[in-house]
Amino acid sequence: MSDTVEIEIPARADYVSLVRLVVAAAAELAPSLEPPRIDDLRVAVSEATTNAIQAHIRSGSTRPVKVCCRCSNGSVVVTVRDEGPGFDVDALPEMPPPESEARLGRESGMGISIMRALADNSSIDSSSEGTEVRLAFLVGGQVVHG
Amino acid sequence: MSVTIRRSEQPPWTVLSVGGDLDVVGAPDMRQAVVTAVAEGSRLLALDLSELDFVDSFGLGAVVGALKRVRQRGGELALVCPSSRIRRVFEICDLDRILTLHDSTETLSELSVVVTDGATSTRRRP
Repeated sequence: MSDTVEIEIPARADYVSLVRLVVAAAAELAPSLEPPRIDDLRVAVSEATTNAIQAHIRSGSTRPVKVCCRCSNGSVVVTVRDEGPGFDVDALPEMPPPESEARLGRESGMGISIMRALADNSSIDSSSEGTEVRLAFLVGGQVVHG
Repeated sequence: MSVTIRRSEQPPWTVLSVGGDLDVVGAPDMRQAVVTAVAEGSRLLALDLSELDFVDSFGLGAVVGALKRVRQRGGELALVCPSSRIRRVFEICDLDRILTLHDSTETLSELSVVVTDGATSTRRRP
């Protein structure tokens, strides 16, 4: 059995903090994740939601971005769905090594790496009709920070 | 919560204390504060993230931009970041390899500032 919270937000950057708040509160109600993992969840969801909003803004879409959070005893799974133009998941540019001169010229492009690093499982399905990001955080998942 | 930025001087450092959320909404404000400080001549800039509640890749991008801007002026950037929760986001992107993370602004006074060929570096005093 799982509890599901679904929200639709306008494609505006100032709604990202609301999504973080709602998802974190839902995860806390389901008491399945340790607090440090809820912090990871907030960051990963922020990345996915911001990308979705930007996809709508770039394409001129006035449609809402949809976020669904399913909490169960074993996991918290968040999906973020947009109706933007999509992108080639396999063609994302690699980040230069931190010590290289070129790295300081790259102020963006870290979001997907962060999502993948923080979630226990993640997937991105993207097509010309939109993108769906799925982030799963498992109870007893990754080693927490200390 | 939106971002809050407070500027103070802790010679030779200019300190920008950043609180709240450093995300897609807050990062541009910090970027502007850095641009202003550097344009006014601050070469040793410290970002104090002690009161930061949240950071994501947009905040990291603004920090990378700050590092680039001070180094272009031959300066150096220090990051005060006592929270393991915030540090973790920097570590995921390997930015801890090019940024020195301090536990408090008090350790800034323990740093020696060395200028070589117009480039500034810092090291902890023995």
